[in-house]
Amino acid sequence: MIGLYVPGSTLVHRAPALAKLGLLAVTIAVITVLQEPWQLAAAVGGVCVLFLAARIPPRMVWRHVVPILWLLAIAVPVQALFAGWTAALMMGGRVAASVALAALFTLTTTVSSVLDACQQLLRPFRRWVDGDRVGLLLALTIRCVPLTAEIVREVIEARRARGATGSLTALAVPVIVRSLQSAEALGEALVARGLDD
Amino acid sequence: MSVIEFSGVEHSYGERPVLRGVDLVLGEGRIGIVGANGSGKSTLARMINGLVTPDRGTVTVDGLDVARQGREVRRRVGFVFTNPDNQIVMPTVSEDVAFTLRKSRLSKPDVAERVRSTLERFGLAAHAEHPAHRLSGGQKQLLALASVLVAEPSVVVADEPTTLLDARNARLIGEMLSSLEQQVIVVTHQLELLDGFDRVIVIDDGRIVADDTPDAALGAYRSLIA
Repeated sequence: MIGLYVPGSTLVHRAPALAKLGLLAVTIAVITVLQEPWQLAAAVGGVCVLFLAARIPPRMVWRHVVPILWLLAIAVPVQALFAGWTAALMMGGRVAASVALAALFTLTTTVSSVLDACQQLLRPFRRWVDGDRVGLLLALTIRCVPLTAEIVREVIEARRARGATGSLTALAVPVIVRSLQSAEALGEALVARGLDD
Repeated sequence: MSVIEFSGVEHSYGERPVLRGVDLVLGEGRIGIVGANGSGKSTLARMINGLVTPDRGTVTVDGLDVARQGREVRRRVGFVFTNPDNQIVMPTVSEDVAFTLRKSRLSKPDVAERVRSTLERFGLAAHAEHPAHRLSGGQKQLLALASVLVAEPSVVVADEPTTLLDARNARLIGEMLSSLEQQVIVVTHQLELLDGFDRVIVIDDGRIVADDTPDAALGAYRSLIA
C-alpha cells in the first residue's frame, strides 16, 4: 500500500473499495475451506483471471508472490511429513491464492479509497468511534513507514561514516530521536493544513 | 491583500525569549523575513498561521485573532515548511493534495477537478499516481506548495522553503512563489529569493532591526552579519 498502487481504470480498479474488501474476506474464507484439489485449482485460476483483468504487470505479481514462496518452501515439506503431500500442497495453494488476492486488492486500491471504506464501515459506530480520526490514523501509519525507513537509512549511513558500524545504540538512539522529531513536525504540518480538531 | 497585524508580541521558549515587543502591520503582496539562526524569524512566521501563539500581545489576520480563532485563520493562511517530507501525509501525490480538501464541502468530482488543475499548474500531473516519497526534493517541495494552494488561501507563508534544495530546484520554487496571486511571506537565508519583493524585515535577537525596501533592508542585514 506504501506506493504499491498500480494506476489503472479496469473494472477491478474501479470497483468500490468496500465491495472489494468484502469480497476479499468472503473469497479467502471460501478458499480456506476448499477440500478438493480441483476446487483449489479453479480458485487459483480465478485469481489469475482477476490479475489479467486488472492488467497488473507480471513483475509486480512476482514481487508479491516471492516472499510467500520462501515461507511455503519450509512449511509445505513440514506439513507433508505429518499429513502427506496432497494436504501440504492444498495448504500451500490456499496460502498462495489468499496472499495473491490480498496483493491484488493492494495493487488496485488507493489508500484514500481504503480510508473512505473504513469510514463507511465505522459509520454505524459513529457515536463511539470517530471514523475520520481512525482514517487519519491509518493514513499516518502508512505514511510513517517510508519516512521511518528513510531515517534508518540515513542513520546507518552516518553511523558507517563515523565508523560505528556494530553499535546498536548508535543506531537506535538517533532513529528514535529523529522519529520523534518527525512525528512532532508532521503533527505541526497537520495543524497547518487545518486538521487540528 | 490580507492585513496581518502584530501588536506588542512577545514569546519565549522556556527561559529564552525569541520575540521581544514586536509591532508590525503586513499588507504588501511580497514580504521577506531574514535573520540569523535563532533570531526569531520562524517563530514570527509560525504566528501568522497560529502554529505558535504569543505569550503577550496579539497577532491578527484580517481582524481574526490567531490565538482565539486559529481554525478560521488557518483557512486563510497556508504554511509551507522547510522539509516537505514532514508535510506530506498521503502515499500518492494526488491523494496528498486531495487530503487538504478532506474537510471541505466540495463534492468528490469537484475535489478531483481541483486536484487535477492544481497538479497541472505545478507540473506534477504526470506524477499524480506516483508515490509521494519517491519524488525528487524539488518535486516534493512543489507538492507541499500544491497541497497548501489547493485550499486557495489568501496568504502563503513559507519557512525556508528552499534550504534543502539544490540551486535549480530553489530557483523553481522561487519562481513558483513569485507567480502566485496570493500574498506571500517568505522566511529565508537565500537572499536572491527576495528579488522583486515589496518589503524585507530583518530580525535580530527577537527584535526588528530593519524594515524597508529589499535593497535597504538587505544592506542593513549584510552589515549586521559582516
